[in-house]
Amino acid sequence: GELLLCEASTVYKYIQEDGSNRGTYGKLVCTNFKIAFLDDDSTSNDNEPQFKNKIVGENDITLQCVDQIYGVYDEKKKLLTGQLRKYPEKLIIYCKDLRVFNFCLRYTKEEEVKRIVSGIVHHSQTPKLLKRLFLFSYASAAPNNTDGRNQTVMFDTLEDWRDELERTKGSVKYKAVTTNEGYRVSEKLPLYFVVPICVSEESILKYEGRGIPIWCWSCHNGAALLKMSAFPKEQDDSASQMQKAFLDGIYKTISKPPYELLKTDDLSSSLPSLQDIQTAYTRFKQLFLIDNSTDFWATDVKWFSLLESTNWLEIIRRVLRKAIEVAECLERQHTNVLLIEESATDLCCVISSLVQVMMDSYSRTKSGFQSLIQKEWVVGGHGFLDRCNHLHKSDKEEAPVFLLLLNCVWQLVQQYPPAFEFTETYLTVLSDSLYVPIFSTFFFNSQHQKDTNTSGEGFKTQSSPFRFLTVWDWSVQFDPKAQAFLNNPLYAEKPKPDKSQRKTTRFKHQRQLSLPLTQTKSSTKRGFFREETDHLIKNILGKRIGKFINSSDEPSNSFREFYDSWHSKPIDYHGLLLPCIDGPEIKVWAQRYLRWIPEAQLHGGGTIATTAKILDLMEEVQSLQVKMDEERSQAISGDIHSVPLLRNSARLSSLFPFALLQRQSIKPALPTSTWKDLEDEEDLVKRDDEFVDLCGDML
Amino acid sequence: MASSSTPKYNSNSLESSSSKRTLKDGTNWEQNEEIPRLPGETRVTDKDVIYMCPFNGPVKGRVYITNYRLYLRSVENDPVVVLNVPLGVISRIEKMGGASSRGENSYGLDITCKDMRNLRFALKQEGHSRRDIFEVLTKYAFPQSHNLLFFAFVNEEKFSENGWMVYNPMSEYRRQGLPNERWRVTFINEHYGLCDTYPSLLVVPYNATDDDLKKVAAFRSRNRIPVLSWFHPETQAVIMRCSQPLVGMSGKRNKDDERYLDIIREANGQISKLTIYDARPNVNAVANKATGGGYEGEDAYPNAELFFLDIHNIHVMRESLKKLKDIVYPNVEESHWLSSLESTHWLEHIKLVLTGAIQVADKVSSGRSSVLVHCSDGWDRTAQLTSLAMLMLDSYYRTIEGFEVLVQKEWISFGHKFASRIGHGDKNHADADRSPIFLQFIDCVWQMSKQFPTAFEFNEQFLITILDHLYSCRFGTFLYNSESAREKEKVTEKTLSLWSLINSEKSKYINPFYTKELNRALYPVASMRHLELWVNYYIRWNPRIRQQQPNPVEQRYMELLALRDDYIRRLEELQITNNSKIPNSSGSSASPSQMMSQVQTHF
Repeated sequence: GELLLCEASTVYKYIQEDGSNRGTYGKLVCTNFKIAFLDDDSTSNDNEPQFKNKIVGENDITLQCVDQIYGVYDEKKKLLTGQLRKYPEKLIIYCKDLRVFNFCLRYTKEEEVKRIVSGIVHHSQTPKLLKRLFLFSYASAAPNNTDGRNQTVMFDTLEDWRDELERTKGSVKYKAVTTNEGYRVSEKLPLYFVVPICVSEESILKYEGRGIPIWCWSCHNGAALLKMSAFPKEQDDSASQMQKAFLDGIYKTISKPPYELLKTDDLSSSLPSLQDIQTAYTRFKQLFLIDNSTDFWATDVKWFSLLESTNWLEIIRRVLRKAIEVAECLERQHTNVLLIEESATDLCCVISSLVQVMMDSYSRTKSGFQSLIQKEWVVGGHGFLDRCNHLHKSDKEEAPVFLLLLNCVWQLVQQYPPAFEFTETYLTVLSDSLYVPIFSTFFFNSQHQKDTNTSGEGFKTQSSPFRFLTVWDWSVQFDPKAQAFLNNPLYAEKPKPDKSQRKTTRFKHQRQLSLPLTQTKSSTKRGFFREETDHLIKNILGKRIGKFINSSDEPSNSFREFYDSWHSKPIDYHGLLLPCIDGPEIKVWAQRYLRWIPEAQLHGGGTIATTAKILDLMEEVQSLQVKMDEERSQAISGDIHSVPLLRNSARLSSLFPFALLQRQSIKPALPTSTWKDLEDEEDLVKRDDEFVDLCGDML
Repeated sequence: MASSSTPKYNSNSLESSSSKRTLKDGTNWEQNEEIPRLPGETRVTDKDVIYMCPFNGPVKGRVYITNYRLYLRSVENDPVVVLNVPLGVISRIEKMGGASSRGENSYGLDITCKDMRNLRFALKQEGHSRRDIFEVLTKYAFPQSHNLLFFAFVNEEKFSENGWMVYNPMSEYRRQGLPNERWRVTFINEHYGLCDTYPSLLVVPYNATDDDLKKVAAFRSRNRIPVLSWFHPETQAVIMRCSQPLVGMSGKRNKDDERYLDIIREANGQISKLTIYDARPNVNAVANKATGGGYEGEDAYPNAELFFLDIHNIHVMRESLKKLKDIVYPNVEESHWLSSLESTHWLEHIKLVLTGAIQVADKVSSGRSSVLVHCSDGWDRTAQLTSLAMLMLDSYYRTIEGFEVLVQKEWISFGHKFASRIGHGDKNHADADRSPIFLQFIDCVWQMSKQFPTAFEFNEQFLITILDHLYSCRFGTFLYNSESAREKEKVTEKTLSLWSLINSEKSKYINPFYTKELNRALYPVASMRHLELWVNYYIRWNPRIRQQQPNPVEQRYMELLALRDDYIRRLEELQITNNSKIPNSSGSSASPSQMMSQVQTHF
């Protein structure tokens, strides 16, 4: 269903903006799907990359992936939007997956320049209708015969929800409801969802589902994670009185036994706003959209403070911290947690997903994680279309909420590699898939929107319903060999028989646990010394010791204790997993953000170096297994036929599997930036190592 | 010597397992079965104290002091809190509080350590327990100030390997292919007559006579003339090291020095210029003229190119580390971690040192020109640059033995002033000569090993062990300032080498991912995007900073290796049984399926 919209020939693409002006000539085309650069001598492409996306090539940019387009006029960069009067000599395209393309149009015919530049700007930067998305032309042109489910639970049927309730043992107190069939309650809510058993259908219908606790997940001890869409600020006093009464009623019913105590958390006040998140990310990504080498080294000097000033890592830290707090309530205090947000489809999704990833090892498998994304995000009604601003309708709605989740999950993946079935590469390609409009997964705001647009109504050329692809069918983007990079060789799989055993015992325990329990043992450890210490602190060591001893009266004490006590125990990769949130532990997701920057490349280094060794060894062990089986079954001949191991002897780049394959010289990258002054240490700087008057030596 | 309540998961404790517990003298020590002691270690005193643990609050315990260590064991905590601190790491002991304070345990002791931590104890007033401990600690922690021997001289440990045999300068130069027709070995410094801070054996250009060397020595600070550090087997280019020329305010010249540098330039058979890297910032090099030093001017050395590498002096580095300690100990700075880290400049200094070393290495390997490196005296920044450049160029130095040789050669034999920089056994904690130059070098090595996890034979524990014994004074390796001083004190006869300990249990220090690659230059990326704070060293005392030990990636690899070896063994067995046509027994056929379940392959 791809249509050519405009093209231009003899465009010069710089390989790398390092001032060397190296590059290749080719054709720049723009279709209703992507902007693509077609190399003139495509025959020279002899080194096929090991990891290739079948849909989006190295020189392809899907229209949704375009972030910003700049034109260069007389060495000056200018943002291109809307109508253009003058046409630039150079075009710089910044992509949402952080690639940067430099095209020189100096050798292109003027007419073609006009057409291609305005074409690209128009198709990628101006508002468009939902139905004009490539998704629809693709779905009508390319029959979808694949079964994209591959073990991912889609949560579009009542059965799926019931199974999930069964799986988490939540069916005793929660039920899946059909109240929203035909979207009677709300277009924002999914067709089926789960609420506490005691909540009546009338109350669900009363405020279009607002004020109703919706079930996300049940913890092994019976405590549940719930979310609720808050009431909008009501001007009318009596209306707000009624809402308040309604809420009080709801709270009352669900905090009585058999339900656990309820703790509510209004995320709109306890976490940064969507606006903050958007601002932070906009600044953050700018640090990685680097024009040239000079830029790279110039920003290197102040790198840490630049990173900090974006606030992005701090937001990740706060979100992780909030998720730990919620986990503490569920796990240790056995209380239900109700997350509240205006629509319950943004930060609620982030926190509820994170909590499940941390507490439910199923969510750390590939299918489990995909099911989680379906449950909380896709069916849960996260507004992907608006948040990604795919249609360029309103910049105000844009916020990288889903990316925030992936960034947080990445922190866990890099801190506890054996706990996840998937790799960071999986997360990276998943984030890239946000901008590939052949999958329906990330291109609707809600299940309702998808349903109404699938039917073909109002789209006259099409009579049969569309069959969209889901992103979870990874074979659409990657062949099996490339898909192997999505699976984590370090994953410590749960031994199967043990698993079933533990589950049954757990179930028995759970009954007891769901009864109101007495408080967890209080720590009296410090009591004995308390008095003595207090004297010491106050009288002798004064304020200085305050820094050395943690005050035990902070409000966040139970959080700290929970966090510390978990961290003092050995890790169970199949159990509860808490992220480390101390400053040095929160890192930049280098693979996603640095992958296109040649200066950041380590030849033969990076974590891929060790991973490659593990993969090699696994291959060897496998071939030995095969050999052994052969020996065993034949048990006759003694001749050994060695299985040749196809090993990639070439050194991999640390940016693998994303590095643009350029056989660069092994010249080391040298910082070009200059040392900044140590203003505050002027006197020290001027000194010599050891002051000795050498003049005397010469005598 | 984990200070946390979970010593089991804090692996970075100074190893003590090798010690045989020979409790010779009786008394109450025998009741405390698990107090580690080295042969030659003797008890001095023990006292009840309260250890003011910055992480777990006050801990009641008993402290034992020997001539080597301070050992604390808690009496009530579960799990038991243990401190095991060699006295050598102590930099400063201060009394806090006292008679004027109220409370039972009002007598405090604050011990500042060289390894990024402080220890605080509170003691009772009765029996002058604080005074006793203070005096004992002061005496044994600072033996140099009390006319006592370093523990290294009374240590009676026995090891299966002799670390003093690791470095033999002659065989190291032979390994490099020296001497040859352009470079010769000279014994002019055999009795340290030419230069008392240089080793006795030196490699110099074939065309320079010993007489020339003496004349050059007069023009180089502390007689540290340009001598060879490393020879590139392909380009024939060399890395030379020396101290600054004595140019002075008047801009003195020395014909012999100028001619000597020209001989060096010509020795690689190329016509290119000689590249001189002055490690200092330009302004400092200029300022040095005032005290008689300076740098090679263009007029005097027309065939040389001079570059300044802008690495700061030892005082700046010391202050930088002090600031780093402030933000990581005892608590990691909560808010604004990144800007706090930046404001310490520690990683910026690391970046500059690495950048300098990359330039040196790159020049020698691709620029085809020989390189001369110096700073002021040529024993701090110069040692950092030459040794790092050698590490980048020569894969031998990336092995355990090779790295020991590198440290022994570029640092110990060429007179890095370990005694002054570390202040071994010296009570003068504020001495301006102290500076973490060697630590900074090890940090650079760690950064490289982090960027290239398969390129080094040794692991992180190896580097941490070296740093721990840099301070411990258990071995003679890092004692004293120069080879001549070590010879005078008969260090190799009377003490043990750190390499004896390490080489006797090498498996502990092996990086399983090491892949031998010959002749491969290894250039790290000296960008802040890749440089990291070495958390497992600088923040290792904090139990909140989780150290996953063993590293899960490593563990997985080891499992696979064991599995592979097991398969190979079984396969061989099978082939033997198949060859002798004996049918399989039922017992062995069950095991492979068990093995299978352990491998989770994803292909």
